[in-house]
Amino acid sequence: MSAAPVLLTSEGGQQVLAPATGVFDLTWVLIALPLLGAIVLLAGGRRTNRVGPVLATSLVGVSFVIGFIQFLTMLSEPSDERAFVQSLFEWAPIGSFSVDVGFQLDPLSMCFVLLITFVGGLIHLYSIGYMADDPDRRLFFGYLNLFAASMLLLVLANNYVMVYVGWEGVGLASYLLIGFWNAKPEYATAAKKAFVMNRVGDIGMSLAIMLMVATFGTTAFTGVFAGVSEASSGVVLALGLLLLLAATGKSAQMPLQAWLGDAMAGPTPVSALIHAATMVTAGVYLIVRSNPIFDLSDGARLAVVLVGVLTLLFGAFVGTAKDDIKKALAASTMSQIGYMVLAAGLGPAGYAFAIFHLLTHGFFKAHLFLGAGSVMHGMNDEVNMRRYGALRVALPATFVTFFIGYLAIIGIPPFAGFFSKDKIIEAAMADNLWLGLGAILGAGVTAFYMTRVVIMTFYGDQRWADEAHPHESPRTMTIPMILLSLGSIALGFVLWSGNRIVDWLEPVVGPEEEHELAISPLALTGIILLVVLIGVAIAISMYARKPVPVQAPVGSPLTKAARKDFYQDAVNESVAMRPGQYLTRFLVFFDNRVVDGAVNATAAMFGGGSARLRRWQTGFVRSYALSMLGGAVLVVGVLVLVAMS
Amino acid sequence: MNDFPILTTLGVLPFVAALVVALLPRGRELLAKQITLGVTLVMFALTIAMALAFEPDSSQTFQFVESTPWIKQFGISYAVGVDGTALVLIALATFLAPIVVLAGWNDADETGRHRPQTYFALILALMGTIVYVFAATDLFLFYVAFEVMLIPVYFLIGMFGRGQRTYAAVKFLLYSLLGGLLLLAALIALYVVSADELGAGTFDWNLLAGMPIDEDTQKILFAGFFFAFAVKAPMFPVHTWLPDAAASGTPATNTLLVGVLDKVATFAMLRLVLPIFPDASEWAAPFVVLLAVISIVYGALVAIGQTDMNRLIAYTSVSHFGFIILGIFAFTEIAGSGAVVYMLAHGLSTAALFIGAGYLLQRRGSSLIQAFGGIQRVAPILAGFFLFAGLSGLAMPGMASFVGELTVLIGSYQRWPVAAVIAVVAIVLSALYILIMYQRVAHGPATDGVKTVRDVVPREIVAFAPLIVLTVALGVFPKPVFEVVNPSVERSISYVEVDPVEPDVVVDDAGATTDEGGSD
Repeated sequence: MSAAPVLLTSEGGQQVLAPATGVFDLTWVLIALPLLGAIVLLAGGRRTNRVGPVLATSLVGVSFVIGFIQFLTMLSEPSDERAFVQSLFEWAPIGSFSVDVGFQLDPLSMCFVLLITFVGGLIHLYSIGYMADDPDRRLFFGYLNLFAASMLLLVLANNYVMVYVGWEGVGLASYLLIGFWNAKPEYATAAKKAFVMNRVGDIGMSLAIMLMVATFGTTAFTGVFAGVSEASSGVVLALGLLLLLAATGKSAQMPLQAWLGDAMAGPTPVSALIHAATMVTAGVYLIVRSNPIFDLSDGARLAVVLVGVLTLLFGAFVGTAKDDIKKALAASTMSQIGYMVLAAGLGPAGYAFAIFHLLTHGFFKAHLFLGAGSVMHGMNDEVNMRRYGALRVALPATFVTFFIGYLAIIGIPPFAGFFSKDKIIEAAMADNLWLGLGAILGAGVTAFYMTRVVIMTFYGDQRWADEAHPHESPRTMTIPMILLSLGSIALGFVLWSGNRIVDWLEPVVGPEEEHELAISPLALTGIILLVVLIGVAIAISMYARKPVPVQAPVGSPLTKAARKDFYQDAVNESVAMRPGQYLTRFLVFFDNRVVDGAVNATAAMFGGGSARLRRWQTGFVRSYALSMLGGAVLVVGVLVLVAMS
Repeated sequence: MNDFPILTTLGVLPFVAALVVALLPRGRELLAKQITLGVTLVMFALTIAMALAFEPDSSQTFQFVESTPWIKQFGISYAVGVDGTALVLIALATFLAPIVVLAGWNDADETGRHRPQTYFALILALMGTIVYVFAATDLFLFYVAFEVMLIPVYFLIGMFGRGQRTYAAVKFLLYSLLGGLLLLAALIALYVVSADELGAGTFDWNLLAGMPIDEDTQKILFAGFFFAFAVKAPMFPVHTWLPDAAASGTPATNTLLVGVLDKVATFAMLRLVLPIFPDASEWAAPFVVLLAVISIVYGALVAIGQTDMNRLIAYTSVSHFGFIILGIFAFTEIAGSGAVVYMLAHGLSTAALFIGAGYLLQRRGSSLIQAFGGIQRVAPILAGFFLFAGLSGLAMPGMASFVGELTVLIGSYQRWPVAAVIAVVAIVLSALYILIMYQRVAHGPATDGVKTVRDVVPREIVAFAPLIVLTVALGVFPKPVFEVVNPSVERSISYVEVDPVEPDVVVDDAGATTDEGGSD
């Protein structure tokens, strides 16, 4: 595969882009393998049911192996020579404008390649067991492969149009997978809702691309980032806000967060892979990738920070009130991504930590979801935690891995989430006291709702339904959970020690900005841990000291509001959906009666009254034929006469 | 090869075949179908040969040119030839023809009112007129093809349609005739003007394009041309014939009518209106763009509220034609080429939608959305086809329609930022009209009437599969189409003397920047 011989420097980072050679020449293969799997499984019909799951899983596995070899090779290069471009072919050349199908593999995209193929591969493996009895499992694995290919394209593209292609591709896979069991009407509705809300965000993506071409004549990262310092501040601000709009849709951030809870209708491996570990973090990727744009606009960064902090609190409070284990975890995902968005909005002080938290979260949230799936698998697909209790005995492996994920997410040292979340809170505190306090409060609430989930599921009395016979899941399901939980134990420390993650990403996002804290970092860590422990203690006093009722208590007004996601659906319905329905209905009426009516009335007038018009249209097609034939003969006859004269 | 009259062959062959098929006696229905399929396949093969011999970078405006004087007294010639845009649209027509014939193999028998021989003869005759309308380089020949085209469509709807077919057919005819009348008047006036300007009146495009016409006259003539094409396109507010026609037409009629024949209008805007009336086009552009944007948003909103699949697809087309016209009147290379790719892509997506809806209709006897529910339970492949068609209709990346929509938006934003920003709303509305329909048709439990529905038969798969292949192929690798289309679009736009659009910041290959444009 030949690559264009370009050597480009981007303003934001210091990386030199070299043509992909050697093992980096295989970048396109990373995407092609799962894409091939998707095509085979979606076109292959029922006969692929048997081999499909293994085929799909191994293709993602091979992509991981290639990606890992690339990672090792990249490690051996000097830190400013770790970026490689590969141009596959020209896509849409029009005059001086052109879009390529081209890839950029650098330390940032490398992180995502490993996350997507490793976590994704394990979740494929888990699904072999989870979906073993589904008559349409080939489609499920086909969609999963389609997702993997699209997500890899999203993070490997070297221009915004190709990012957009991957962006929509993951949206389609998400739609298909949320609605996988669409025989249930409410699942089908959830799928549609996710797609449509994502498309609202995509308005931002489309407009950003249009503005880029008008301003820079290109959507290539190199061109846009090189030109952005010359663009007017208004354009830079607009680009930042449009990309943020796109990010809020895909990453379920306010105000486009409402689809994520409903998306839990999808099979649980989907919730783990797409709606927790990978796809929903695409918005964070987009912001961090576009760092040269955000670096130049304080206004855009402020908007990012506000979205992040509001969503992290919103999600955390919603999480406290959910009895559905998957919806509690979904609210938690929203909240954790809020942390990442907050970090990304802090600019050079936070980009690396946004990615840091994204990676650790990808691990611990994935196996928290897989654990939830394992519990459901053993409990006849029951999702109501009020029907769980005391499951730690029946599902020991699930319990241990879930508990590790729990320690990681609430940030207990030395588990992964401790390092990444701590860094974000520190950077937020240095930026603004109120931001820091918001982030600390979020950490406390996270500790509360996660403790609640663990107690209601694994401790206390058995509150099972009569027909429930909880049992541990098969090996294909527990092994991925165990492997992922190893990441939740070690990944935080590994990436944190020696400032590894910051140094790794420096060529892409620039050096970390020094910041000053009013108190020592160690004291801040102490405060955070204290708040976390208070959250745990409150949850224990509320849910472990007394029995959990099977019927949810009425609850305080705040609880009621949180159960209903602070009325997000009611707001959307009254602001957008219902007025839209009225408008549509009115326009249909308008089109039939006014626009068309005017025409028919005119016709009737010329025809001398509608009664005559109706008689004229009795349907004797032959009589029309005759009159038209007559006319045609007349015209041709005249022409021939003229021609002969 | 170059002396072979390939365009005349393409144009005359279907007429001859139509005559043969029409004269086949009762009892030879199968032969009629086989001849029709064979002839349309031969037409497609000829088009492929033509496309392979076509030279995109040629300095000639038209290739495969044939010209013979026809009516000398009026300077009328039988003159045909294609540029990149015409080639692409003829290719679209000949690609779709065998597909609709195969997909609607039994549609004519099932009406039981008229002989299938007549049905297939009409389709062949329609194909002949379609070839001429895109290939004519003499405006009179274009006009004749433009008008004669109405006759087969009229009978296809009136004789072989469903529901209020006579009303729909007459409505289609009256609208088209009104537009055609104004076009004829403007064409005669243009002839008179050309006699003044050039010494002898002519209908030859090569002489008329760029001919100096004073601006007031241009405006009047522009109005005549534009109205005819706005009706045909169709554009808000002269679009209401289309939903009625689509509700009555067979899938084959609808595909050829909406997917191909209506492209005559947008093709003619690009080929005739811009080069012959450049000043008037520039003068009217804000008004046209306004109507285009209204069509985009209005068509999509009204589509959301439809209860009949065919009517819904028709309204989505009103929205999509708005995009094409917006692209043409942006006068930028990106938007212009994008508009042509959009025409091609829209042909493919509309074909998939109408054929998919046709398969459903044929099984259930109704095209009402509420007649369905849970189709995926009983006919998964059919549901998959319909979903594919829908995704193509909502411009999913990886499909041809995305390429067209994105480039039209990018290019239009360069000239008309406000209009382009409003048009972007359509990406949400298209998701709504497609997914609401698809959910009601395919998702949920199978409803009582649907339980006996059977999945697609091999014939139907063979007819639909090429649509999937080409839609995806052009979505992944649209470059060959751009290479064919770009020169012809650039030529059409070059007649309009607007300032070229330049990026504010120019980035060279070394990553250095210079201010305020200037380089090419």
